[in-house]
Amino acid sequence: MLEIKNLHVKLEDEDKQILKGVDLSVEAGKVHAIMGPNGSGKSTLSYVLSGRDGYEVTEGEASLNGLDLLEAEPEERAAAGLFLAFQYPVEIPGVGNMTFLRTALNAQRKARGEAEISAGDFLKLVREKAKSLKIDADMLKRPVNVGFSGGEKKRNEILQMAILEPKMCILDETDSGLDVDAMRLVADGVNALRDAGRSFLVITHYQRLLDHIKPDVVHIMAGGRIIETGGPDLAMEVEKNGYADLLAKHGIAQEMA
Amino acid sequence: MSAVEKMTPAEARLARVSLPDGFGPARRDARDRLNAMGLPGRRDEYWRWTNPTDLIAPEPVPATPFVDDEPELFGDIDRLKIVFRDGVFDAEASDDLALEGIEILRLAEAGDVNWASGLYGTLEAAGQTPVARPFATLNTASATDGILIRVTGRASKPVNVIYDYSSEVCDPILHHLVKLEEGAEITVLETGTAGARANQLWEVDVAKGAQFHHIRVQGRDHARRAVTGIFTRVAEHGLFKSFTLTSNGALTRNECVIDIVGDDANAHVAGAALGDAKSDPFHHDDTVFITHGAERGESRQVFKKVLKNGAEGIFQGKILVKPGAQKTDGYQISQSLLLDEDSEFLAKPELEIYADDVVCSHGSTTGAIDETALFYLRSRGVPHEEATALLVLSFLADAIEEIADEQFRDEIVTRLESWLARHRG
Repeated sequence: MLEIKNLHVKLEDEDKQILKGVDLSVEAGKVHAIMGPNGSGKSTLSYVLSGRDGYEVTEGEASLNGLDLLEAEPEERAAAGLFLAFQYPVEIPGVGNMTFLRTALNAQRKARGEAEISAGDFLKLVREKAKSLKIDADMLKRPVNVGFSGGEKKRNEILQMAILEPKMCILDETDSGLDVDAMRLVADGVNALRDAGRSFLVITHYQRLLDHIKPDVVHIMAGGRIIETGGPDLAMEVEKNGYADLLAKHGIAQEMA
Repeated sequence: MSAVEKMTPAEARLARVSLPDGFGPARRDARDRLNAMGLPGRRDEYWRWTNPTDLIAPEPVPATPFVDDEPELFGDIDRLKIVFRDGVFDAEASDDLALEGIEILRLAEAGDVNWASGLYGTLEAAGQTPVARPFATLNTASATDGILIRVTGRASKPVNVIYDYSSEVCDPILHHLVKLEEGAEITVLETGTAGARANQLWEVDVAKGAQFHHIRVQGRDHARRAVTGIFTRVAEHGLFKSFTLTSNGALTRNECVIDIVGDDANAHVAGAALGDAKSDPFHHDDTVFITHGAERGESRQVFKKVLKNGAEGIFQGKILVKPGAQKTDGYQISQSLLLDEDSEFLAKPELEIYADDVVCSHGSTTGAIDETALFYLRSRGVPHEEATALLVLSFLADAIEEIADEQFRDEIVTRLESWLARHRG
């Protein structure tokens, strides 16, 4: 599904290397989690994979089912099945959530050479998906994310995921700013989308999200690299002992992480 | 050297002012006022950012009439059509000038004795202080046609004034007057381009509890020049709402002068302007002056401009709160979205307040497309240009929301979308 090899990334405007050789392979149907201290490069990885401006890939490669992600426009990556659930979903005043969802879905279908969805079918689809995420009709009518609570914004991200049906979902700190109930709702939404043909990369600071979204593989990222890979136990270990021991083991100073 | 050669263009233009029949006293008064104030020059503070030269030149710069290939605006809406072609009323293309709740006369046929004789030119004249607006005065003196509408009840359908022109030197002066009696209500739609160089004026008298809705879509002609004026007086509990969509146009100056004279009155004026100067120049100027002369008045000015390839946008807006106009709520926002580094937006927002218990605010911003929002949309699969178009609509939303009626709003949005589709890249 997702193949990342020796990925090196620096900031475009600054001489600052963020990713220093990331290797990662996510198989179809698997949930991988990436944990790591602040500044380890987790969010940068998610932005580079989805094509945000401001970064320069200096070395390495990344592909999604054979598509060279680094050469593709963000919309091409999306049409190929990549989805990034934002840590801070963006507010777009004046554009209705429904319009946004339908524009996105039809754009992806068009890019894949599929027919546009009819207004009736779309409405049915959105209603069905929204219901399971406890998103009410009012939230669908309002402008994209405007006046949404933190929990509503994150649920709206998952709703987009449910409607766009991507193959590779990256969740960038989707648990940040959520209370326990909101987190459970979001996790339930993600779990409902787990499928043999769909993979997840869950980026998080804390183990608690992984209580709800059970990962197959856990990676620890620090200093711009993946320094440790293991099973769900690895997340428990970090939760218990923190990152200090792991960083020391790999010779990464805490402030450098 | 003859006398004519010694004249400045402005003097030459003044010498050519004609006074058509009807409303004689008002027209003569306007001519005298115009001679006293003169036509604006480049040094005029009020014309600092918009060059009036082409507006005062003896002859218009020729403009090839533009063929609008879009479906007719408001074509599906039941409305009373009043068509002016080349500045002349076109009876054949127009509906019967009869509608329940209103009385319609034509300026060119009204003569001197009618309900409008005490009103014609008075709101325009009242709007000349503290700033002179010579093109409006020229209009009062020389207008050759227009419609005079007296609204006595609730107009049973909107009135649509439609302009069209076929001569590339068409230079019409049209003067419309709307008198809303107590509690009356009307929606006026105004669409198209009146001429290569047009001077269009509205005087709107809103009586107690009356409601006036105005939705204007200026024609898509690239080469045309237009100077327009709206002069209104709003009595207690009255409502005045005007929205203008402008796309294209070598030169457009839209002035709006609102006088809130009764308590608890509302006046909203909004505009969305779209300009792409890639192949033709675009210069758009919104100049607004709102006077609060009564208590608990509410006014809103919402002006948005989308500019690219060297397009120029101007906003001059003022709120004047007179002594005693307590509990005034005045709001003004002017914003531009620059789609490249070549375009320019100049704004002069002003507040002048002589009452102590008021809420007034003004803001002006200029900026580019929000990159984060653009990335968000693209990450969902929306291609760059379509995402940009959505963000432009997002930017314009506040202005469009000033249109109260959803069906009109939808037509405006459709027009905006097709403009954006034509001006990608």
